[in-house]
Amino acid sequence: MTDHVLTYMTFFPVAGMVAVLLLPSNRHNLIRWVSALFTVPPLLLAVWLFQNFDRANPGFQFIEKVDWIPAYNIQYFVGLDGISISMVLLTALLSFLCIFASWGIEKGVKGYFALFLLLDAGMTGVFVALDFFLFYIFWEVMLLPMYFLIGIWGGPRREYAAIKFFLYTLFGSVLMLLAILALYFTSEPHTFDMTQLIAQSGKYGTTPIPFWPFDQLRWGFQHVVWMALFIGFAIKIPAFPFHTWLPDAHVEAPTAISVILAGVLLKMGTYGILRINYPMFPEATGDLAFWFLGALGAWNIIYGALCAMAQKDLKKLVAYSSVSHMGYVMLGMATFTPHGINGAVLQMFNHGTITGMLFLMVGVLYDRAHHRDIEGFGGVAAIMPVYTGVSAFAIFASMGLPGLSGFISEVLVLLGAWQKYPLLSVLGASGVILTAGYLLWTVQRVFLGATNEKYKTMPEINGRELFTMIPLAVIILIVGVYPSVVLDLLSASLEQLNQIVIPHLG
Amino acid sequence: MDLGNIESLRFFWPELILGGTALLVLALDLLVENKKTIGLVALLGCFASLAATLALYGSKNGWLFHRMVVLDNFSLFFKLVSLSAATLVLWMSQSSREVARLHQGEYTTILLTSALGMFFMASSSNLLMAYLSLELVSITSYILTGFLPHNRRSTEAGLKYLIYGGVASGTMIYGMSWIFGMTGGLDYARIHEALFQGGVNQLSVFIAFIFILAGFGYKIVFVPFHMWSPDVYQGAPTPVTAFLSVGSNAAGVAILIRFFFPGVSQLTDAGDWRFISGVQWPHVLLTVSMVTMTLGNLSALGQQNVKRLLAYSGIAHAGYILMGLVVLNNEGLRAMLFYIVVYLIMNVGAFLVVSIVANATGKEDMESYRGLAWRGAALPAVCMAIFLFSLTGLPPFAGFIGKFFLFAAVIKQEFYLLAVVAVLNSVVSLYYYVRVVKVMFLDFPEPSDGAVSVTPDAAALLGLLTTLTVLLGLYWGPLIRFTNQSVQFFIK
Repeated sequence: MTDHVLTYMTFFPVAGMVAVLLLPSNRHNLIRWVSALFTVPPLLLAVWLFQNFDRANPGFQFIEKVDWIPAYNIQYFVGLDGISISMVLLTALLSFLCIFASWGIEKGVKGYFALFLLLDAGMTGVFVALDFFLFYIFWEVMLLPMYFLIGIWGGPRREYAAIKFFLYTLFGSVLMLLAILALYFTSEPHTFDMTQLIAQSGKYGTTPIPFWPFDQLRWGFQHVVWMALFIGFAIKIPAFPFHTWLPDAHVEAPTAISVILAGVLLKMGTYGILRINYPMFPEATGDLAFWFLGALGAWNIIYGALCAMAQKDLKKLVAYSSVSHMGYVMLGMATFTPHGINGAVLQMFNHGTITGMLFLMVGVLYDRAHHRDIEGFGGVAAIMPVYTGVSAFAIFASMGLPGLSGFISEVLVLLGAWQKYPLLSVLGASGVILTAGYLLWTVQRVFLGATNEKYKTMPEINGRELFTMIPLAVIILIVGVYPSVVLDLLSASLEQLNQIVIPHLG
Repeated sequence: MDLGNIESLRFFWPELILGGTALLVLALDLLVENKKTIGLVALLGCFASLAATLALYGSKNGWLFHRMVVLDNFSLFFKLVSLSAATLVLWMSQSSREVARLHQGEYTTILLTSALGMFFMASSSNLLMAYLSLELVSITSYILTGFLPHNRRSTEAGLKYLIYGGVASGTMIYGMSWIFGMTGGLDYARIHEALFQGGVNQLSVFIAFIFILAGFGYKIVFVPFHMWSPDVYQGAPTPVTAFLSVGSNAAGVAILIRFFFPGVSQLTDAGDWRFISGVQWPHVLLTVSMVTMTLGNLSALGQQNVKRLLAYSGIAHAGYILMGLVVLNNEGLRAMLFYIVVYLIMNVGAFLVVSIVANATGKEDMESYRGLAWRGAALPAVCMAIFLFSLTGLPPFAGFIGKFFLFAAVIKQEFYLLAVVAVLNSVVSLYYYVRVVKVMFLDFPEPSDGAVSVTPDAAALLGLLTTLTVLLGLYWGPLIRFTNQSVQFFIK
């Protein structure tokens, strides 16, 4: 059992999908419960992983390796290290909670839950795959259910949002495919095995190749491949200027899918950069990190926050806040200091929980009022006090209130950035003020002020909705008070990663 | 092995069975009342021929009939492909309402004859034989295209096809006459010898090859010989379209590879093919490939008729398949063969769904697919989505693996521009394929949209093709081994 724990985690949801497909389509509650049931074992396995993960070991653990297509050296190769474990835990948790957040889906229930479980499997697969080919398969497998989940069960402009998401991501991933193939043929013997590709990282040339009209860039093979991969990942993060699919997708997606999108999918971008770009191309990373991660990250922070401030739609505001918060991850990654990089990965985890909670919060309100217009509410605190309490908790966490998890990761990132790029650190820190600005303004407009007569009778948050939000709140609080819970998992692997890149810094 | 007429017959069972079946069907048509029998007999004949082909596979190589045709794994591979196409299309025809209105005996006979022509296209090693086989396939295709009685589109398509085909094959035979004039032989081995001895004007050879390429290109449907395809695909009965799109395309690729690779090039030890002419063939082919895929994809964007859309997508796929030629090595050829098998499966699948919808609604435009998934036809809708995603080249479907090998072959030889253009084309193609998916799943049916039902045999075929599409996307080891073995030519 423990030998194949990652495989079970990845493919249990697929079994769930098959089970759901076999159920009669009119038994809605049965389908919901069966789906929930199939997300429990991955969650339990995640807890088991959390306990048994060797925190001192920077390498891969729980490895499974089976030949898949030997003629091309393609393997089924999965494993876990400090970079991926927090993401796997997050995926298991959010998938479980989002099943309950999807309870209100009434149309095409069977299809919805089947696709959801497939999405779950794809996400877990991306984080555990250590074979580049396998990684790509999982990366793409995720796209299909996401397209349908947004496209069928989404809001009024769902078709536009779904195809936009699909095209953007596919554009990025085909570039990644070319990069994968180029790497495959450069490595000797040809391999897709990430650990071997990393071991051969010295081989990928840095000799400038003429790259008209950008001859002054002096880019080598490393840089070109780095860039191809980076664009693929940047679209997912999403980094400016590739972010425009995100607000559309978020606004149109059903609540649970927004949670998954923000909580897990966005992390794949930064995860991919850490997993692939950093160790495989340390020299290119050293050359390009400042502009494409550091400076772009700081710009993301400011730009996202300013856009969020201008939004009238509550969900769009949360979506732009994601753009802003993912900027911290990019900035932290670019510093190559222990503070910065640990802060970045912790921020990935925290953003998953906090933004997840924010989207759930928006969902609760939307289910009752059927709109998300910030100006259309007011005085919700008087009508739904419990809901307001929970929401305020999430909003303060997002703002970076000390004692909650968001604070820790943002401070770590800014500390790291201060050591390397003081100017970017200042910019990032000013983002905190903007964040406080748009979030407090939102609290004021939605929860405080005169009570809107229309919503006098709005029912209080119910047990199921609370059930989806409370576990996240507990995690936010624990990590906020005692961040070592998560940081201990990460630090060894991240330290090793730093050591790979630091010698190549210009 | 260089056999005469009588000895050759021992290695000629697939053709004999197929030809025999075609004649038997014609006779049966006069005798039996139940027209279903004809289809079944034809299917049985195809299976028998399939078995005979498989039995020959990997055993012996050589010339048959005084060097007119050649027997090797490569030709047997394409015989299997044409037979599979014919079998699938016959199976598909069983449930097609369009085909039910036709004269079953004649329809089946012509279809089988066309498959027989494809056999010879894959195996001919003599220019005359190549020309005759190509004409056999062409003429049967014209008839099949124009087969729908009292249907203006079908008639127009048949006529268009005939005129384009006539011009193309005229050009080709003119090119062939140049070759004959320069080398004094029609036999590939003889031409090869003469060309490699030198003393032949390079420019004349180049011009002759371009002329010949017109004939082959018109079968493969690459730019600029593609103009006929949208009208023909749209006008022909759907099963015929399916047959043309995969069978005739594959046979075109076969005849092209047979002539340009073992015919007039030399294989080095490293597995690269050296062309005789001083022309930069990779660059010519690269341009053709890029233009073909881009033009096909861009033209498909605005299509409102699904059959026509698939026709343009077929042009784009011809461009993808050509990528394997550009690298001029066995790896590229292997990728092409792999892609042809995959393309056969997914494209026939897509046309099968078109046929199912056309059976119920009588139409092929986007509107008749509206909310298909919610109209009691979830199975065809889901299968169609899988075929279309596979055509786009998304994992975990077979189409992705096919494209993967093509890209790999191209990138290995560092044709980066072609690779980038090809992947960007995949993104473009996603848009129009997903448009069909969108209409089927994201749009909801209107009260006027009737229910779509699936007959059991169509459902079985649909299940088979979908399973293969998914299975080959997850485990393609056996198929790539098979294509590896099939890139084996008998030269001398």
